[in-house]
Amino acid sequence: MSETTATPTRTTTTYRAALREAIREAMRADERVFLMGEDVGRYGGSFGVSRDLLAEFGPERIRDTPLSESVFVGAGIGAAIGGMRPIVEVMTVNFSLLALDQIVNGAAALPHMSGGQFSIPLVIRMTTGAGRQLAAQHSHSLEHWYAHVPGLKVLTPATIEDARGMLAPALADPNPVLIFEHGSLYNAEGELPDPPPAVPLDGAAVRRAGGDLTIVAWGGSLPKALAAAHTLAGEEIDAEVLDLRALRPLDTTAILASVARTHRAVVVDEAWRTGSFAAEISARVAEDAFYELDAPVERVCSREVPIPYAKHLEDAALPSAERIVAAARRTVGRGG
Amino acid sequence: MSASPQSEHALGLLRQLLRIRRFEEACVELYSATKIRGFLHLYIGQEAIAAGAMAALEPDDAVVATYREHGHALARGVPASAVMAEMFGRAEGCCRGRGGSMHLFDVSRRLYGGNAIVGGGLPIAVGLALADALQHRPRVTACFFGEGAVAEGEFHESLNLAALWRLPVLFLCENNRYAMGTALERSESETDLALKAASYELPAWPVDGMDVEAVEATVRRAAAMVRGGEGPVFVELRTYRFRAHSMYDPDLYRSKEEIARWRERDPLTTYPALLRERGWLGDDALAALKAEADREIADAIAFAEAGTQEPVADLERFVYAEELPS
Repeated sequence: MSETTATPTRTTTTYRAALREAIREAMRADERVFLMGEDVGRYGGSFGVSRDLLAEFGPERIRDTPLSESVFVGAGIGAAIGGMRPIVEVMTVNFSLLALDQIVNGAAALPHMSGGQFSIPLVIRMTTGAGRQLAAQHSHSLEHWYAHVPGLKVLTPATIEDARGMLAPALADPNPVLIFEHGSLYNAEGELPDPPPAVPLDGAAVRRAGGDLTIVAWGGSLPKALAAAHTLAGEEIDAEVLDLRALRPLDTTAILASVARTHRAVVVDEAWRTGSFAAEISARVAEDAFYELDAPVERVCSREVPIPYAKHLEDAALPSAERIVAAARRTVGRGG
Repeated sequence: MSASPQSEHALGLLRQLLRIRRFEEACVELYSATKIRGFLHLYIGQEAIAAGAMAALEPDDAVVATYREHGHALARGVPASAVMAEMFGRAEGCCRGRGGSMHLFDVSRRLYGGNAIVGGGLPIAVGLALADALQHRPRVTACFFGEGAVAEGEFHESLNLAALWRLPVLFLCENNRYAMGTALERSESETDLALKAASYELPAWPVDGMDVEAVEATVRRAAAMVRGGEGPVFVELRTYRFRAHSMYDPDLYRSKEEIARWRERDPLTTYPALLRERGWLGDDALAALKAEADREIADAIAFAEAGTQEPVADLERFVYAEELPS
């Protein structure tokens, strides 16, 4: 007897194409959605995310801006207040510092300052992170600066499914949402169900279950954490990999639940260790899961240096699977 | 004296000047009495601008202002009671005590603050105008800022983008000559602000900001151009603040003679005199208008005094929106 089981269609795609399809879908679904930023139109996006969208949606909705981060981010705030659903693309998190006032003093503060008279349904996308030999002004990981600020939401899609799925709920959210796309992920290939599944905006996800220790990661550090877990499995160390997915709101419950199972934690953060988000996670574990811990929390962060150009120096500055493995070994008492 | 639409309108402008002045004089006393705290930036001397400009705007136009915005809020129609309660930090304040003097918002009147980052309001005004342009609404976004903002990058980014995209923004630069204590000529290589603005290819001209009728006429003309789809317009309103920058400012950077010279042009003196000359205002009518302003502000103070405190349990309310705006 032949059996025809309905299997969902799966398509091979990239992180970049998944982001693009999410924008396309949002713009088809809602006339109020538009994209603006530097070179999002004719150039096709500095990282190619918005390629071909100009042809479909035209220059009113795919808006090339001057190199004026402060005004085009602020214009996104004003347009959101005025009833639109803007997606603002900032080329990199380093460049977003030119719009820091608009994001922190504006988007995050105005609704509260006004006593809740209005909200700012704005999405700001930007690249973060190193690994492409772009040196110190294109490579930093500063998403935790924004995660510090009440009033903002901070998303860090690490998988193709999240790259495809996070934009729709971000646009439906009445608050300013920042989406950090790690530059090393754009070319990542993978499969997506067709149609793609809806994903929640927040809530961490266990990407690999394990019982011996918890590796906490997000964004571009997730592939490194998974690679480390694979290596550790060969040494009969069973690591759980927790992908935070969002830094604000932070799913503390998931972190504590995982640590309660494994009793050990390694936090991977591509930012510098001093004042890092890894420090925040370590503190929460210390505050709320102190008696669950069988070993000190380990942090694997970038070395305290502006990210250098030369490949061997850049590699030495960043968290690597090897450094995560070494930290994991220490937490289980197999370190040197 | 016979009333005409012209004289009635002029008396309306005078009424605004009087109530804004009275409101702020009361604020000085209330600050000394520690009823109002934080920073308090007085608009005294500049009232002709808010009074004249608001008279020329439509109800569905948007207004973006600065931290020196009591006059703008009052002239825009925010009740003095709601503004005063905000100054007192009361739950009945227009921002439920979360904004204070520097952050007065009233979305029902399309007043979007109250921005205390110099230049910070300009990009937001550009965005409000962009939303109107994309939705084909014939509205104007009036963006008030001081001449100090001209030194900020936002000024240049915003004028450029608004002109490039022909957005309906009316840039209203209140040049009171001092950015805190720094005189314009000590901070700008080019002090002709209209000339500077015009380099972004938008119409720009100066007007006497001490003349309430001139302000109204020029803002009316500029707003009509903006509303007509001609793109942004820049107006420099030349004015002077009679009081110090804030309650902490000892006012060491300008001479008493200079202040006295400008006080001779006080709109609260010159405008009633002009209306008398025209035969539109007599002693009794002026006294009645002053009494009306006194009463309104006394009522506002009583309202604020009787106000309640926002519960501390609601401290974190409004950090995130409670519902999606339609």
